[in-house]
Amino acid sequence: MLHLILFLVFGAICVAGAVNLLVQRHPIGSALSLVVVMASLAVEYLLLGAEFVAAVQVIVYAGAVMVLFVFVIMLLNAGEEERTKGSRVAMVLGIPGVLAGGLLVAWVLIRRSGENAVGLGALPGYPKVIGGLLFHEFLLPFEVTSILVLIAILGAVFLASKPEAAPPSPTGKES
Amino acid sequence: MVPVSYYLILSGILFACGVIGFLIKRNLITIFMSIELMLNGVNLSFVAFAAQWHHLSGQIFVFFVMVVAAAETAVGLAIIIAVFRTRETLNVDQVNLLKL
Repeated sequence: MLHLILFLVFGAICVAGAVNLLVQRHPIGSALSLVVVMASLAVEYLLLGAEFVAAVQVIVYAGAVMVLFVFVIMLLNAGEEERTKGSRVAMVLGIPGVLAGGLLVAWVLIRRSGENAVGLGALPGYPKVIGGLLFHEFLLPFEVTSILVLIAILGAVFLASKPEAAPPSPTGKES
Repeated sequence: MVPVSYYLILSGILFACGVIGFLIKRNLITIFMSIELMLNGVNLSFVAFAAQWHHLSGQIFVFFVMVVAAAETAVGLAIIIAVFRTRETLNVDQVNLLKL
């Protein structure tokens, strides 16, 4: 019962953050609501027994990635976005269509897998077990991932660096 | 005890919010955040399935998704900085040409 209450409370916070991300006009508001979504998702991971994933979620996503987002928003001095006119047909047909599709999927999911229950600590997601899997069974993907990150770092540095011959841009500060 | 279908529904809601934000938002950075929201929704379904089948491969896969998302964020934000440097705008309606 406690699990269900925790799930519902943090699921509601999660959905509220996601909706707030859509409603907010200023990017910094969207970024902060995304932090809320990620932090409450970490609690959902804890409820699923994935302790290490929850810790990594808070450290990597809510920490590093979102700091990068907020830094770029401040660097570019992003203001409020201006609305553009969407098509009326999309509003009339799209929203009921999305609602109908979502309700259908939810109905099927509840009907088909209602008896499979997941409890707190159902799965040992300890760092020791995760590390063992990561360095034995999944060693090759792990190493490929490190190369991917290296390439991403090089690409980011190259893309964000100022071109040599260009005249000084009015944006001013070096990134 | 929470049925795994509830987690899948929450994951679907998050993914749908990400798709909607990707389509209706006009700010490049907010569109990027919508992509992150979609990746988070998928991660939740991975962890839910890992718990349902009592197999840790789903959690391992979440780590790979996180690494790919971090790399994508770094490169994408660098591209956004480069676009802003040449166009002086973040509105996607005004960024409709590949050349200057």
